[in-house]
Amino acid sequence: MPNDDTIFREYRPSDAERSDRSAGDRLRHRQKVRESIRENIADIIAEESIIGKDRDRVIKVPLRGIKEYRFVYGDNTPGAAQGDGDSRPGQVVGKKGEGEGQGDGHAGDRPGVDYYETDVTLEELIEIMFEDLELPNLERRALREVATDQAARRKGYRKVGIRVRLDKRRTAKQRITRMLASERRKGAGAPASSAGTPPAADGTPAQNLLETPAARKRRFPFHQDDLRYKHVEVDTKEESNAAVICIMDTSGSMDTMKKYLARSFFFLLYQFISTRYRNVEIVFIAHHTEASEVTEEEFFHKGESGGTFISSGYQRALQIIAERYHPSLWNLYAFHCSDGDNFDSDNPAALKAAEELADICNLFGYGEIKPLGSRYYESSMLNVFRRIAAPNFHTVLIERKEDIWPSFKAFLAKDRVQE
Amino acid sequence: MSTSQTTSAAPRVHRYELKDLVEWDKRIRAKVAEFGLDCYPQEFEICDHTGMLGYMAYSGMPSHYPHWSYGKSYEKLKTLYDHGVSGLPYEMVINSNPAIAYLMRDNTLLLQILTIAHVYGHNDFFKNNFTFKSTRAELTVETFKAHALRVRRYVEDPSIGQERVERILDSAHALSWQCRRNLAIKKLSPSEQLDRAVEAAQPRHDPFHKIHARQETAPVDYHKVPLEPDEDLLLFVRDHNPFLADWEKDLLTIVDEEAKYFISMMETKIMNEGWASYWHKRIVESLDLDQSLHLEFIVRHNQVIRPIPGQINPYHLGMKIWEDLYRRHTNPTAEETKRDGPLSKSGNEKIFEAREVERDSSFLRRYLTEELIREMDLFQYETRGEEVVVSKVADIEGWRDVKETLIKAVGTNSIPVLKVEDADFGQNRTLYVKHYHDGRDLQLDYAEKSLSHLQRLWGREVVLESVLDGKRSLLCSNERGFTVRALK
Repeated sequence: MPNDDTIFREYRPSDAERSDRSAGDRLRHRQKVRESIRENIADIIAEESIIGKDRDRVIKVPLRGIKEYRFVYGDNTPGAAQGDGDSRPGQVVGKKGEGEGQGDGHAGDRPGVDYYETDVTLEELIEIMFEDLELPNLERRALREVATDQAARRKGYRKVGIRVRLDKRRTAKQRITRMLASERRKGAGAPASSAGTPPAADGTPAQNLLETPAARKRRFPFHQDDLRYKHVEVDTKEESNAAVICIMDTSGSMDTMKKYLARSFFFLLYQFISTRYRNVEIVFIAHHTEASEVTEEEFFHKGESGGTFISSGYQRALQIIAERYHPSLWNLYAFHCSDGDNFDSDNPAALKAAEELADICNLFGYGEIKPLGSRYYESSMLNVFRRIAAPNFHTVLIERKEDIWPSFKAFLAKDRVQE
Repeated sequence: MSTSQTTSAAPRVHRYELKDLVEWDKRIRAKVAEFGLDCYPQEFEICDHTGMLGYMAYSGMPSHYPHWSYGKSYEKLKTLYDHGVSGLPYEMVINSNPAIAYLMRDNTLLLQILTIAHVYGHNDFFKNNFTFKSTRAELTVETFKAHALRVRRYVEDPSIGQERVERILDSAHALSWQCRRNLAIKKLSPSEQLDRAVEAAQPRHDPFHKIHARQETAPVDYHKVPLEPDEDLLLFVRDHNPFLADWEKDLLTIVDEEAKYFISMMETKIMNEGWASYWHKRIVESLDLDQSLHLEFIVRHNQVIRPIPGQINPYHLGMKIWEDLYRRHTNPTAEETKRDGPLSKSGNEKIFEAREVERDSSFLRRYLTEELIREMDLFQYETRGEEVVVSKVADIEGWRDVKETLIKAVGTNSIPVLKVEDADFGQNRTLYVKHYHDGRDLQLDYAEKSLSHLQRLWGREVVLESVLDGKRSLLCSNERGFTVRALK
């Protein structure tokens, strides 16, 4: 036996703060989870149809790169375990991959006990997706700059706050919770307060002794700890005005698959803009031989048919710009998705209108949707538009679902490379 | 101390303060000395549940180098705890001198008494078991702290940075258990290995060499690296990859040192927990607790050592064997006397000897008797299709297999044995590693990822010889990816 006495180090709350030393590692872990989600976004977009889905919908996202691998034994490894007294050969004791057997503490545990999937709501996913994207070439067009955009958002509840934000309902609930808890504690025997519940324990027991049980029953006043305040965060942003014009071809040649691709693309664009820019105006234009301005709902869900005059869509866009968004005041972004199957006679007009659009817009993007193979027998506007020299005009080719995300990123990222 | 007035069914809650714990500790230590346990000085730290979670995530170390995997394990523990899936341990002890143990602040007095007694059991085990001889207990805390400092310095070094440190640590962690298992066996240095190889290549002394045909001896290949298959993958890579920077080598050393510290724990899990449980029972029972404390003791003790059907509870298994071993050497049945002969040692002598010289696999092999296996209803299970099925039970034919399977699953036996055979395979600086197959195949997807970690550290192609579904196979990992091909 050692001669020196055993040392007891008493609990100090300050130690509890020190024990939050895992904070850095936890943060890094969460970063890795986020990174892993971001890496998988192309797959998720290709696999899941996210259009028009509820923003609270939960999507399962596989996590790669944060699983820890070691050399372990595989399925043909028998194990040993303890039975309940009458184990017989052939008895089924579990399902594969349940983490059966082995007990605790074995390093190199069987696979399957590590999680490698996480649930993410669509909203979080969108947030992660767009984290590092921005509208390119956003200039502050000085003449009409929206000075501030103060958006007060409710965010959670706090124990402290100003009186006007007192949430009475929650406060009352809190009091009831505390009342029930304190009754249960009394029921369990008086000395139980030593075991925990530090905030309520200080001072209250002494007070209770002075009061009769009846009086206590009658009166259970609110306590400082019960008060709950709505918490409000104020986002202040200074932004220039921007308008985004989405132009989609809804002619007969745009079959279901092409429309799906186009809409996925616009959906991303729309989500991106509405998540990141509060005062960006979005205009939807659907065109076949004629163009019309439509609502968001119609844009994403309505089908139409007919021939294609791409110029009609552009003309309509130019008209709207002339009416509402003067280029000297607005940052303008125009995106057009089509299968490129334009009437030949319209091509010169389309080219001219496109040049005009490119001239006044910060960025004008054209996405041509050609599901695999169709590029070889259908005409393409890409050849026509090749003649446009404007540096802020970009084209992409979307052939399959997997292309949506890369081409979307390409659209938004291109100009940053130039800068 | 409170006096018991009534006998109520519900255990009463005893208020206590630190000085009560000190008091009880004195009484427990008197018993510890009386029973002949031999402990390091002991330190207790009282912590709350967040503190305990923190210590658990970092294996109990007061300081530890940062890595995201510890954040991950913290989050996991916390989630399990918050949702009530798993509770927290009553204590954690680390093998150091003085031994450090953490006690949960919110535990009842009885739990603290039980825990303190339990901790002394572990303490004695750490000090005396041969497996821990190679860990320098008086330096444990300082070593881990020095590791933490060094890793932090590399992270903060602008020419290295977090990303690169993490890449090395990720890979090193994947391979860290691929090291020597029995640290009591000395590892030969390369020159000693060479001496041994030369000696083995000498013709054996033969008094009748005149009438015998000449002995054939193979010449020693002096250029072979390694001369003998090497189990320490991380250290081998460190010593034989000339392209590693010093800080990278240092990280590999750190990870290897920590792994070896934990190998000892892993190797004695059942013995150690059984030993501590066995002693906390004997100590607490000798303390003459008043009735309400004693009742709570019975409840808590049974919670700890209860068998868990479908699993192995190391507390239960270990304690059963220790108790049986003690009984057989103090009070053997007539049958046992007939079989084992007269007693050479007393019960106490026997268990103290065993706690010094055994580790889990030898402990089970020697002292887990057929009767115990039957009494505990141990069985062997296998995966068939989608189901886990009992394949052998503790009957006349099956018990040996059950025991064998159990031994294969304890300690480092549950880790595949991999050895470096050749560092210059095909004169190509390809690393040739062999899996010493014992009937259990590798989990292929895990092997693929782990092998790519080895490749990252080695910097060149890495091949692993193994057996998959009865066929000898070669798993190759190089910059083009991962392939498996059958060997003849």
